Amino acid sequence: MRAWKSLLPFVLGLPVLWLIQLWAPPQIAIILVNIGVNVILAVSLNMVNGFTGQFSLGHAGFMAVGAYTAAKITLAFGESASVSPLVWNNGVFFIALLAGMGMAAFMGLLVGIPSLRLRGDYLAIVTLGFNEIIRVLIENMSWLGGATGISGVPPYTSLIWVGLGVLAAIVTARRLLLSTHGRALLAIREDEVAAEAMGVDTTGYKVRAFVLSAAFAGLGGGLLGHYILLVTPKSFTYVKSIEVVVMVVLGGMGSISGAVFAAVLLTSSLELLRGVDQYRMVIYSLLLVVLMLSRPTGLFGHREVWDFAKSWRRKRAEALS
Amino acid sequence: MSALLEVKDLVVHYGAVQALHGVSVHVEPGEIVALIGCNGAGKTTTLKAVSRMLRATSGAVSLAGEDVTGLSAHQLVGRGMAHAPEGRGIFLNLTVLENLELGAYLRRDKAGIAADLEKAYTLFPRLKERRSQVGGTLSGGEQQMLAVARALMSRPRLLLLDEPSLGLAPQVVETIFAVIKGVNSEGVAVLLVEQNAHKALMIAHRAYVLETGKVATEGAGKDLLASPEIQKAYLGG
Repeated sequence: MRAWKSLLPFVLGLPVLWLIQLWAPPQIAIILVNIGVNVILAVSLNMVNGFTGQFSLGHAGFMAVGAYTAAKITLAFGESASVSPLVWNNGVFFIALLAGMGMAAFMGLLVGIPSLRLRGDYLAIVTLGFNEIIRVLIENMSWLGGATGISGVPPYTSLIWVGLGVLAAIVTARRLLLSTHGRALLAIREDEVAAEAMGVDTTGYKVRAFVLSAAFAGLGGGLLGHYILLVTPKSFTYVKSIEVVVMVVLGGMGSISGAVFAAVLLTSSLELLRGVDQYRMVIYSLLLVVLMLSRPTGLFGHREVWDFAKSWRRKRAEALS
Repeated sequence: MSALLEVKDLVVHYGAVQALHGVSVHVEPGEIVALIGCNGAGKTTTLKAVSRMLRATSGAVSLAGEDVTGLSAHQLVGRGMAHAPEGRGIFLNLTVLENLELGAYLRRDKAGIAADLEKAYTLFPRLKERRSQVGGTLSGGEQQMLAVARALMSRPRLLLLDEPSLGLAPQVVETIFAVIKGVNSEGVAVLLVEQNAHKALMIAHRAYVLETGKVATEGAGKDLLASPEIQKAYLGG
């Protein structure tokens, strides 16, 4: 029953996505893809930074792992003569995306197990370091294209794929938050020592959240790579990681709808501000400073959009009675 | 019958400083055992090392005959040891009810949890009134009640309490100690760390006096209460 409920968004979403795909002119489509990928990244980072209260700064590193893995696979499979390209390409892409997620998750495990035993700021430092290590490693590996990256990646990403990815990320995050595991993650965020005293395997849960988050970062990377048809180390610097962190902080740590909202807002405003692209980091920093001073819990805080509707309704009922 | 908790030669270091120099204590089933002593004697350290909040340098801890020295804190909860840490350690942003539910985190018997929740509310009616309030808005006394009630939600065999009377009004202290006694009479063993030596010795079956990381004296609660040395050193008599 509950599994069916999780499938529902996909069943309902697919025809809508298909219509959007048919309608969207290319200049709108690219914005929508960017928004979608950023939503996936923000929602997944939120599982670690928001739900669990750990500060990860290496999301772009996991994106890179996913993007390179997926690109290598689709390029290796190439075109097929016998099977219809619709089936073949999408099938290959699906496998490539899954492999990218798996590889990113594996990297998440490798980074997470040693670093998540530590408390406080260590994770931020280690993940930031990991991000740079991945980038430098890729730049020095000729079979990954070095600093120029891999070009000629097949254009498999469609709005439908991105939309499905967004739905998958949101459904996973929501299911996670409402489960016993989500309870454990929130307990860790609130007070790690007390959570341990309640019998929560704090390190184990942190690693699980981290791995899941890394997997979706890998998905975001794979989708982006097959849209811009190019995978280069430059796309995955710590600047990208910080961009995602800003989205999570802006939306409110722990709020899924907040992360979605912030990702949509920041990505679309960047498109509008194309002319001032070089000031991007300045704008982000200013935004963060203003936010921390005026609303340190982010726009939505720990709450979701529907929580606001609930409290608004309650207030109105109180006012009426 | 073997001891419920058996701690042997516990040694703990904070960096280069040795805090415990081989502490051995034991708790029999159904007992209240108090650890008393001055500031810095190692009471809290002992408790934390027992529940694995701290890593001991050496020494052995066994629970109901099973060696649990190498386990981590969350595994001990599953084996029946609940620790209400010093400074209460409640979840300040979660409601009273959510705090209590997290106390039963490892349990899967919904009916049992619901029954224990009712029981917690009976023990501390104040918590029932405040059940939808977040922990941070409770008074110090209510927070301590919540910490004790939450520890009990895991249905422990052994309850570790660290300074439950710390900074509380005398009346609240009475309430807490009455609950500790009540819980104990239902069979839960208690290892109690207290500054308030008088109160602790009144309810404890046995007690250990710690001095600079070692057990200086041990004996029945009543005997220690009557002992002139203890009176002079810890009870201001």
